[in-house]
Amino acid sequence: MDVIMLSRLQFGITIIYHFIFVPLTIGLVILVAIMETLYAKRKQEIYRKMADFWGKLFTINFALGIVTGITMEFQFGTNWSGYAKYMGDIFGSPLAIEALFAFFLESAFMGLWIFGKDRISPRLRAFAMWMVALGTNISALWIITANGFMQNPVGYVLKNGRVELSNFFELTTNPYTWYMFFHTILACYIVGSFFVMAISAYHLLRNQQSEFFQRSFRLGLILSLFATVMVPIVGHFHGVNTAKVQPAKAAAMEAIWESGKGHPFYLLQIPNVKEEKNSIETMAIPYLGSLLYTNDPHGNVTGLKDIPKENWPNVPVVFWSFRLMIGIGIIMLGLTWFGLLLLKKNRIFTNRNYLKIMLYALPLPYIAINLGWIVAEMGRQPWIVYGLMKTKEAVSPISAGEIIFSLGGLITFYTILLIADIYLLIKYAKKGPDSNLHVEEESITLTELNRRKSL
Amino acid sequence: MSYETLTIIWFSIWGLIWAIYFVLEGYTAGTGILFPFLAKKEEEQRQLQESIGPFWGSNEVWLITAGGVTFAAFPETYGTMFSTFYIPLYLILFALFFRATGLEFMHKSNSSLWKQSWKWAFFSGSLLIPFLFGLTFSALFRGLSSNEHGLYITFSDVINAYGILGGSTFVLLSLLSSAIWISIKTEGAVQKRATLLAKKIWPISSGFLSLFFIATTNQTSLFNSFANEPVLWLIPGFALLFILFAGIPIVYNKWGMGFAFVSLSIFTLFAAGFTGMFPNMLPARMNSSFSLTLYEAAGSELNLTIMLWITFFIVPVVILYQIWMYRIFRGKITEKNARGY
Repeated sequence: MDVIMLSRLQFGITIIYHFIFVPLTIGLVILVAIMETLYAKRKQEIYRKMADFWGKLFTINFALGIVTGITMEFQFGTNWSGYAKYMGDIFGSPLAIEALFAFFLESAFMGLWIFGKDRISPRLRAFAMWMVALGTNISALWIITANGFMQNPVGYVLKNGRVELSNFFELTTNPYTWYMFFHTILACYIVGSFFVMAISAYHLLRNQQSEFFQRSFRLGLILSLFATVMVPIVGHFHGVNTAKVQPAKAAAMEAIWESGKGHPFYLLQIPNVKEEKNSIETMAIPYLGSLLYTNDPHGNVTGLKDIPKENWPNVPVVFWSFRLMIGIGIIMLGLTWFGLLLLKKNRIFTNRNYLKIMLYALPLPYIAINLGWIVAEMGRQPWIVYGLMKTKEAVSPISAGEIIFSLGGLITFYTILLIADIYLLIKYAKKGPDSNLHVEEESITLTELNRRKSL
Repeated sequence: MSYETLTIIWFSIWGLIWAIYFVLEGYTAGTGILFPFLAKKEEEQRQLQESIGPFWGSNEVWLITAGGVTFAAFPETYGTMFSTFYIPLYLILFALFFRATGLEFMHKSNSSLWKQSWKWAFFSGSLLIPFLFGLTFSALFRGLSSNEHGLYITFSDVINAYGILGGSTFVLLSLLSSAIWISIKTEGAVQKRATLLAKKIWPISSGFLSLFFIATTNQTSLFNSFANEPVLWLIPGFALLFILFAGIPIVYNKWGMGFAFVSLSIFTLFAAGFTGMFPNMLPARMNSSFSLTLYEAAGSELNLTIMLWITFFIVPVVILYQIWMYRIFRGKITEKNARGY
């Protein structure tokens, strides 16, 4: 493998590792902040316990979010120095703003919450969590602003052999950015709510701490009712915009080969890149293809054949990732709204099958959100900055040996950290509320015992 | 304001942010290195964890900001520096992984294998961070190799006597800073051990810093530009004075004052380095025409202007709420009230 492929492989692996932790951080913090707010308003002990329990899981997850995030920043310089030099104005600045506005906020108030929660007022606890939530959202906004430019460059001039900022307002109001931002944030809420529902279901199936987990489940369900509906709505407008500015990506998402008006949508379809057609396309829904891409049943959709082949992304990867994402999205929507039906009939917490399904549904939103980003990033290829810079021009003048060193280290250490993190998440999730108090008592008595022994 | 002035202001901000990070990393990393030796039992470990717990994350964000500012204001420097120092930077990255997870994970399970592994992970990460940064920045101060294709480094550009001296000096300064920090933040046996240690480390740190400046003057051309502006010799001079004066409060157990002096010494040490490099950001050792200057590396005027306004607006806010955090957690951490991770 050459330097470009190795660097791309490393980037792909590290971004997916990072994105295992980020969506839960963004989604769960909202729920914990709501619990803290309920505690501050109603002063009921159960809400404090809820915030403590879910907050503990949040912090375990948060630690790895930071660790895997620093890699991303370093990597733009170490492995993609061509890109870094070309894009400093546009990509470096949002990254610096992200650190200044978001990371400081998150780390300071996370520290306050972890170390101060037993000493500060309920109001300050809630405030701290909302500040962390604000930080995660600002962070997402700026990194997606940077990514939005890579998808749809705006507010720039080409000067001195690089991209220079010409209009900051245009950069920050890039429509691509905002569609992608809301689509991502809302998807993160699904991750957070499915996480809470799955762990609650685990305990409800064992009849443990029923009231605690029923309330938690209900909170998760409410957020999910909202998010699972909003994600596809925002996603649709995002798709229409993508079809406008990135026709190659859009055509690959649906494997559309021939341009045309009034395009149908095939429920079953298998793309064949070699023959530039679909091996199978059947169960057509007339006009839906055009409607999805143009908001008009008779709208014109650009096919891949009208785009130079060297500018095609990897069609099967983009197509299948997109299909699978949509499929999982529909399943999650169905599960959540079926949950509402059960809740209305007061049967949700006695329906063991439903709870079991919700427990095992935990990986679904993680898979869907990563597939979504695969569509966004793989669909942009062969460009690193759409229409301006090809990925192969962006790579650092480094040796394959150096990348093998970093890639080897990253895979080894990330795997160790991931196993440790998942072990801890499972451990504390299974223990249930008040578990940390328990651990502390245990360990104190242990050291107490040791001290007595040594005396 | 002319574009040239703007770029020079950004060079100062760039150096300032790195220097602030190194001051804050000093006491954070030092606490990690001392951790296995100062804390004899779990309550004491909790004390040490909590002494940096609420702050280490924010301190690390200064590093992320330093990286981000390099990227935003001097993209050419960012790309060249990070791809040239590829291996040292990945080693730093791996060290950062284990410092963070070691600290946060070690008390989250009761098995002794788990606790021992993460404790030593925390220690190793904490030791490597200041050592590798010392090594890397010494290499930067000494200058990179160059040929007609531009700047590059060889193994001996990084690993050499001067670099190892620089790495060790930063480790020792970190140890001193953290021993004082622990003396401020804690009470009880762990504090006693830290105070004794601070008194022992102080002469060694001072000696190493003096040696480092002597080596810098003799072995590198970093301070050559000071010949034109002799007043600039005051900067490394102050770094030495601060570390020497730190001895007085350390002897008299005035820890706040001692901490201030050591922090100022670390700050002026890096300030001396960055001032010596000016206007280069990546100096070429043999042929200065290959050096990358701040003028060549700077981003566009509009970008630098907007970022300057943003920085002037947000940095004071960040500093204010960080001071607030230090105030909230100003109490002494005792064996009984230590929360730990």
